[in-house]
Amino acid sequence: MSVLVYIEQSEGKIKKTSLEAVSFAHALASKTGEGDVVAVALGTIEQGELAAVGSAGAAKVLHSSEEKLNAGVIQAHASAVAQAFTQVGAKTLVLAKSSLGDAVAARLAIKLNAGLVSNVVALPSTESGYLVKRSIFTGKAFAETEVTTENKVLAVKKNSVDLKTDGGDAAVENFDVALSDADFSSKITSTERATGEVLLPEADIVVSGGRGMKGPENWGMVEDLAKTLGAATGCSKPVSDMGWRPHHEHVGQTGVKVAPSLYIAIGISGAIQHLAGVNSSKCIVVINKDPEAPFFKAADYGIVGDAFEVVPKLTEALKAEL
Amino acid sequence: MKILVCITHVPDTTSKIQFTADNTKFDTTGVQFIIGPYDDYALARAVELRDQTGGKLTVLNVGESETEPTLRKALAIGADEAIRVNASPKDSFFVSKQIAHYAKEGAYDLILMGRESIDFNGGMVHGMVGELLGLPSFSPVMKLDVEGTTVQMAREIEGGKESLEASLPLIAGCQEPIAEWKIPNMRGIMSARTKPLNVVEAVSEETQAEATSYELPPAKGAVKLVDKDNVGELVSLLKNEAKVL
Repeated sequence: MSVLVYIEQSEGKIKKTSLEAVSFAHALASKTGEGDVVAVALGTIEQGELAAVGSAGAAKVLHSSEEKLNAGVIQAHASAVAQAFTQVGAKTLVLAKSSLGDAVAARLAIKLNAGLVSNVVALPSTESGYLVKRSIFTGKAFAETEVTTENKVLAVKKNSVDLKTDGGDAAVENFDVALSDADFSSKITSTERATGEVLLPEADIVVSGGRGMKGPENWGMVEDLAKTLGAATGCSKPVSDMGWRPHHEHVGQTGVKVAPSLYIAIGISGAIQHLAGVNSSKCIVVINKDPEAPFFKAADYGIVGDAFEVVPKLTEALKAEL
Repeated sequence: MKILVCITHVPDTTSKIQFTADNTKFDTTGVQFIIGPYDDYALARAVELRDQTGGKLTVLNVGESETEPTLRKALAIGADEAIRVNASPKDSFFVSKQIAHYAKEGAYDLILMGRESIDFNGGMVHGMVGELLGLPSFSPVMKLDVEGTTVQMAREIEGGKESLEASLPLIAGCQEPIAEWKIPNMRGIMSARTKPLNVVEAVSEETQAEATSYELPPAKGAVKLVDKDNVGELVSLLKNEAKVL
């Protein structure tokens, strides 16, 4: 018996959130005595990338290098992971909550007749039933969820687990997947990725600008600060609605929800819908010239001041320090 | 084209989140309920598609009688008929079973819903319904156009988007900017009163992962303000106190 982990990759590189899922599975297997952690990776993976899966706690990686699986075709990935689940005799599947992970997990829950818990923030408690703590109301509350099925699928929320880096080498085994035409009933015709920058949903630090930035021509200041910190840039909804920044940078309830270690909000008043997208951040810094801005109530640190004056100074101070 | 839109009945985004004294239920005191914001996008796009191609747009909610005003609002926005599956939504599996059972009889070309509800944030129902019905499912979908039986979609991925092509029938979990939200006009509100709202009974009581208790995160401490002329102090706090640099 093993705990199976579904590994996501993007252009051959394994996602950090998937390594967090492996670390979660390792801690889970140690707690419940479910044996080793086996990871399943699909598509072309860059050489050396699978070593990190071992360091994160997996004993074995089942790897299908089938090129058709390079793209995240939802049904095909669900079908392949279900086969891996049966092959290793797993009872628990762990994966990272993500755009693809959610879509695949939902189909797997039905295929495997498994109770599914998403947004998992802590290891299950097994003393009295199988209870899993999950984040709900966009991070504003938690629910204890009782899973009653023998098979289980747990989708782990980003930044909910410490990444293990001292595991051993994972044995890599070739994984033969049987795929049908029905698994590829949809076709991905093109993929557009933001390039040359840190991806917002996965960033450890996020710097966001709001209407207080006064116009898209002033975004260089936000980008300078982000570059200094190795951070992703985000924005509030009015900013993306006005076309100052692309939609995929919109942070909030109906945009991207982020959970970085550090979130810096510049010129954003802190509408409740924006807060819903950032309240899982470990530390929030707010820079706003309005001392009454509601965002200060949600912040750990704040500076009341004009962004055009404060942000360049902060960037210089960080450059000197980092 | 026959379109089914599944909507959630959720607390307004500005609601204070609180639970009953024994922490086993959401406390609805003083809370306004709305159509789930992501479901609103799905409904808006469905109204546009129905208007373009003709056919019928049905809206469905799994809920008890208090969700009927939410269904009436969906009718006012443009749905032709409403279905309420008479049950409290217990978990994603239970809700998906109800939707799949109803949809199987209706042979819908397109089943749309929001990418997730804003209360439980599971984002699982579209995929579960897809698997139960043997249909492809896609989420989060930010563009959806239908030409004959071919569907062109754009789906958000981390840090970008992918374009997809698939055939009807299919299921999509939607988000912005798939369509602009529609606000009911007076004519819509008046006609919604006479449109059918049918109640059907739930098919099973099966659940797999039901919430048993709730808790709020610890209260946030007061913000620590740093003088705008001393940004170095902020850097020091982030490095030494918060340890995030």
